[in-house]
Amino acid sequence: MLNRASTYLYHRPRLALALLLGPPMIYMVVVYLGALFNLLIYSFYSLQEFTGLIVREFTLSTYAQLFEPANLDIFKRTTVMAAAVTVADALIAFPLSYYTAKFASPRLKTWLVIAITIPLWSSYLVRVYAWKLILAQEGILSWFINLLHLDGVLNRLLSFESIGGSSLALSPIGLFIVFVYIWLPYMILPILTSLERVPKSLLEASGDLGAKPLQTFRTVILPLAFPGVVAGSIFTFSLTLGDFIAPIALGNSKFFIGMAVYSYQGTAGNIPLAAAMTMGPIVIMIVYLLIARRLGAFDAL
Amino acid sequence: MRSNSFDPKASWGLKLAALGGLLFLHAPILIIFLYTLTPDETTYTFPLPGITFKWFGVALQREDLWRALTLSLKVATVATIAALILGTLAAAAVYRSSFFGREAVSFLLILPIALPGIVTGIALRTALGGFDIPFSFWTIVIGHATFCVVVVYNNVLARFRRMQGSQIEASMDLGANSFQTFRYVIFPNIATALLAGGMLAFALSFDEVIVTTFTAGQDTTLPIWIFSQLTRPRDRPVTNVVAMLVMLITFVPIFLAQRLSAQSSDTEGETK
Repeated sequence: MLNRASTYLYHRPRLALALLLGPPMIYMVVVYLGALFNLLIYSFYSLQEFTGLIVREFTLSTYAQLFEPANLDIFKRTTVMAAAVTVADALIAFPLSYYTAKFASPRLKTWLVIAITIPLWSSYLVRVYAWKLILAQEGILSWFINLLHLDGVLNRLLSFESIGGSSLALSPIGLFIVFVYIWLPYMILPILTSLERVPKSLLEASGDLGAKPLQTFRTVILPLAFPGVVAGSIFTFSLTLGDFIAPIALGNSKFFIGMAVYSYQGTAGNIPLAAAMTMGPIVIMIVYLLIARRLGAFDAL
Repeated sequence: MRSNSFDPKASWGLKLAALGGLLFLHAPILIIFLYTLTPDETTYTFPLPGITFKWFGVALQREDLWRALTLSLKVATVATIAALILGTLAAAAVYRSSFFGREAVSFLLILPIALPGIVTGIALRTALGGFDIPFSFWTIVIGHATFCVVVVYNNVLARFRRMQGSQIEASMDLGANSFQTFRYVIFPNIATALLAGGMLAFALSFDEVIVTTFTAGQDTTLPIWIFSQLTRPRDRPVTNVVAMLVMLITFVPIFLAQRLSAQSSDTEGETK
């Protein structure tokens, strides 16, 4: 029986393919793409303001709301934050990846790779929570800052309107630190992958031809590792754009895209506006992915 | 043999920067472990005003925590099984044949982790609401499976690509049918990849919070419990203990999965 089924399928590769591909594709297309498409449709509906009911008629008025100054502000604030987090992550990730890929002994390297990968999979929520403890006004960071007598500097920083706030946890600086921390592994791994692909012989050749170490770094290593940085930035950027857990957990009062979407659909019950708003990060990410592909980032994933 | 032209030693600056990055990555978690011992119930005062072990006992007594933990374990198990089946099927299809839209399959599977989690979450919630599907255990599982599939898929596909096709051909030449070939040749080859992918999917599902907030309804998974404590802290010391517990529970499968994939790529390096 099995034999016959096997022969039957062997002569019909298309059917075999359909049987393999069917279940996962049906699931992903029906459940996932279906839900995304449904969301897209909702973004063209609107909310009846007095009744709070959703009007199921095609309209662009919900999208028009996105261009109100308050919402534009949210987009701007979130995008700037995402960009800043991406740059900071790249700066922190590069030395660690570079050391791991090119200098660590094989034994040390195995452990370093594990040390880098574990935070990637471990609880994102708990990692955010850790910073609630650290950034608390009576917490360890304030204690440390007081110990070094740097509280004057901190208060100066917090007094700036754009990045400051009443305390470290409530300010965009605090949120920035948390984002940099939680997305860092997503930046390290692609950079590590791209650095590993740089053959040692290439570096030796560069040295043999008289390049100083710094020159080799700038003209050989950096260009070859750049696709990895771009690949990492896809994650750091996208994750920052959509996150609402970290701002809510820290109690940040300024709205970011993720938080706005969360509160529009939750307390406000305005699903159309929430749906239209999520189209923001989707469009930004599609544009970003297209650019990243041109820069060769997909090979480094 | 290393040539001297490329300096094999790292400068102190680089070592220091690498060490700093590593510390930044891991030290914050240790702070939570430290705080599980604080006797202070209302603030996060540092240095700790004393040391106590009583919160572990208090946490053990909490009914709501046990229920949340059980639900999380159940969801993660079912989501992982679904991901194992769907991910392996997709990987096998993409590996064995080239067909129109093969790239699209990879792209579609990656989408749930490339797009912000809130997009998946709100899309699923709106769809559930639109079709009047009540929230339940299964709606949580459906949400988790969407992003767990890709983890298994990536692991298994990578293993397929390293496997020697000649083994499958030999098996077929010796008269095995496709099912026997799968059972005796392919499965032993991909077993550790399945294990690694499955464990990562489990860890991912176990502590997922973003999609879950949209698909859980009234049910409380462990991450949802922690999240509610983050917004309205009522049991700070118990939350510390739970956070530590989540870290430890997920650490084991993640660590094992990493070791598994590290080992298989080591042996791979030797045969090449």
